[in-house]
Amino acid sequence: MALLTCSHLTLGYEGNPVLSDLSFSVDAGDYLCIVGENGSGKTTLMKTLLKLKTPVSGRIAMGDGLKQADIGYLPQQTAVQRDFPASVREIVLSGCLNRRGFRPFYSADEKKRAEERMTRLGVGHLAKRCYRELSGGQQQRVLLARALCAAGRVLLLDEPAAGLDPQASEEMYALIKALNGEGVTILMISHDTAASLPYATHVLHIGTPLFFGTAGEYAAYRKGATS
Amino acid sequence: MSIAELFQTLGYYFQKEYVVYAMVVAVLIALCSALLGVTLVLKRFSFIGDGLSHVAFGAIAIASAMNLSNDFLLVLPVTVVCAVLLLRVGQNAKIKGDAAIAMISVGTLAVGYLIMNLYAKSANLSGDVCATLFGAASILTLTDTEVWFCAILSVLVVTAFLLFYHKIFAVTFDEDFSAATGIRARVYNLILAVIIAVVIVVAMNLVGSLLISALVIFPAMSAMRVFKSFREVTVCSVITSVSCAAVGILISIVAGTPVGATIVTVDIAGFALFCAAGFLFRRRVSA
Repeated sequence: MALLTCSHLTLGYEGNPVLSDLSFSVDAGDYLCIVGENGSGKTTLMKTLLKLKTPVSGRIAMGDGLKQADIGYLPQQTAVQRDFPASVREIVLSGCLNRRGFRPFYSADEKKRAEERMTRLGVGHLAKRCYRELSGGQQQRVLLARALCAAGRVLLLDEPAAGLDPQASEEMYALIKALNGEGVTILMISHDTAASLPYATHVLHIGTPLFFGTAGEYAAYRKGATS
Repeated sequence: MSIAELFQTLGYYFQKEYVVYAMVVAVLIALCSALLGVTLVLKRFSFIGDGLSHVAFGAIAIASAMNLSNDFLLVLPVTVVCAVLLLRVGQNAKIKGDAAIAMISVGTLAVGYLIMNLYAKSANLSGDVCATLFGAASILTLTDTEVWFCAILSVLVVTAFLLFYHKIFAVTFDEDFSAATGIRARVYNLILAVIIAVVIVVAMNLVGSLLISALVIFPAMSAMRVFKSFREVTVCSVITSVSCAAVGILISIVAGTPVGATIVTVDIAGFALFCAAGFLFRRRVSA
């Protein structure tokens, strides 16, 4: 069974649908790229998958023993974060909170877990640095490390390369691909299709018309649409 | 006045019970408000403290009109309810957060003053109002009950903050991420709202309702000039706040100035010092 199956989803704000009759499924190990115009409902879809919003109608089913706590999230940066006084270690560790219940302090295991994730994403040497003083690419890596502390099976990424220079954004995509290669299922929103599509195995195009299929099918579909 | 005389004066005052009470209460309040201030400032909620203190003012007016034996019994629940409402409204786009706060804040101030006027108990109405707004000398006339009440609430606030420290950090830094990965962000926002209300009500005794925001905001802002991790900022903010409150009380005792205003002025001076320190520190790092 597929990891995530969405059937006939309608999404919207306060009953006004922005997106209707959306169906797609994601298997373990997939790399799904979600593309579409601004305001087409990409972020709304992601928040619905994360159970931050409830769909107007339709169903999201999880299979293969996937639990909500297995899904990690890389949100877009908020204004609050840009001048937040916090060290890299504090932020990455906060990803471990969700598996802790009421214990008030971090265990040695969790500290080790955070350490490993930081090293894996190449921000280990920045552990004591202040988050707001890092470059955009480093900040995204820190948030990615936090997401990996929270969950390791599925990652939902909302514009991971937004605001990065071409080189940093290239590195970010390569890093995400490497994680995908290690077995992490990726769902990523991107409007920089030229840079992100080469890595994807599947594409979901939101808007009219809706499209869902493999990357190869999408390329053929686009060719057909333009010629 | 020479140094020896100064210490003699202070020694004389500290033999009096009420001065010791004032000192203890001031330190506790400064501690709580600084702990919370960091989160409030970072969440962009600085004005909620201000709004809530006006709510507390309105509630005090009603309590005194109703001749309640202990004002806190009415003031605390009313402020807690308003804190919860304000934080919820902040997330709802129908009435924008800042407008809602402004409405509640001036609304309760006006109604509170009106009620105080209609049911004036003492001949010195403007003195009473002034004391509630600016704290005046009320800290030096604290009763046993008030000191205990303040001490217990402070212990509760500090305990709650320590127990939930990491969660408060996570929810402050990134509410969406926390909620998405299974932390009950709403519950912690609610806990925060309740703690804020408690701190405001307790702090009203010290500096009065118009000056509370200063206690909440200045120490946090000072600490953020220099320190860069959440923990350092929190610790530094607490130390700054407690020292400023202590110095402020000493000055106000010796110089006979109003307690609340003196403490806030010391806080402002502290902020200026930290700004300068931050500036010098950055220059040395970049040079």
